[in-house]
Amino acid sequence: MATDWTVRAITRAMLPVLLLLTLVELGSGLVLGSFEATLLRYPSLLVLVPVTIGTAGNLGSVLAARLSTAFHLGTLSFAPDDETLAGNALATVALAATIFPLVGLGAWGLSALTGSTELSPWTVLAVSLSSGLSLAVLAVVVTVVATYAAYRFELDPDDVVIPVVTNTCDVLGVVLLYLAVLVLV
Amino acid sequence: MTIREVAVEAYREALPALGASLVGGLLAGVVLGGMRADLRAVEGLLVLVPALLATRGNVYGSLGARLATGLHQGLIEPRVRAGDRRLRAAAAAALANGLVASLFAATAAFVVLSLLGTPVAGLGRLLGIALVAGFLSGITLVAVVVTVVFAGYRRGYNPDTLVGPLVTTTGDVFGVLFLLIAVRTVALVLGGV
Repeated sequence: MATDWTVRAITRAMLPVLLLLTLVELGSGLVLGSFEATLLRYPSLLVLVPVTIGTAGNLGSVLAARLSTAFHLGTLSFAPDDETLAGNALATVALAATIFPLVGLGAWGLSALTGSTELSPWTVLAVSLSSGLSLAVLAVVVTVVATYAAYRFELDPDDVVIPVVTNTCDVLGVVLLYLAVLVLV
Repeated sequence: MTIREVAVEAYREALPALGASLVGGLLAGVVLGGMRADLRAVEGLLVLVPALLATRGNVYGSLGARLATGLHQGLIEPRVRAGDRRLRAAAAAALANGLVASLFAATAAFVVLSLLGTPVAGLGRLLGIALVAGFLSGITLVAVVVTVVFAGYRRGYNPDTLVGPLVTTTGDVFGVLFLLIAVRTVALVLGGV
């Protein structure tokens, strides 16, 4: 059902979900807070934060939008050998493998230009690529589970899956960044 | 279609949007990297960053999607006229919801950090920062989203494909930039930093 174009109707449709998603994002904030000292010590890692969150959420939302459309068109079945499912999953991992090296080198290069870098570019690249590739795999799992849940509960995947997946991937992006920093730095 | 064809099509379709958000995210990161002194001075500010950035994407992405649907359905015209009731309602609702979510994020962060026994700046300071940052980025993003969606539609682009990359790119950059301005403005009023 379409929402009326009034402040009251739009707010009623949007605000409850928005506040819930804000609490989810606060979870990723708390993870960032737990390694704040490391982030403040190494600026190139701090530069990685917004771009990791943004790319993570985008990877999830692109996949979710494509699976939702396939679902509406009736071309999606939830079998591991489904071409739409497998092809989109493969594209998500390939996109992560393309973008995250640029994320890492870009973050290091910009920190080097604007200040000092204590970490080597290889460390920043390793952090970015390892967190990015593991994120892509998890993003596929989260998106498929969320789309399948929407299908089982007869919800419109456009309304539910995209915001849930985007914000979950934001949080996963920060958690995986934390784990990569823990292991590699 | 084979798996390979599906993958190639999905990859080609998504790459420009991801590239745009990569540039926006790196610029936002540079601003955030320059805010280390502010992040040290205002304890709990870093915890707020993901929530504030995501609010921009959730609220103004939804405004863009609504405007795109409205244009497709002929509910609104692609002209910025102060008299258009529907356009004004959609913009006002986005701004109001964005502010409520930002203030809610600041309050929730303060409560959670206090309960965890983590040092945290005063609630007044966090609310002030969320208010100023939410208001400035809200006004800017409404202007950017309305202008680009309308201009794109008039030139024959599908507004649906413009909204996602536009909001994630400008939302990240303006989100962090106005966060910096908000921290410094509130510091002028309340002292400190």
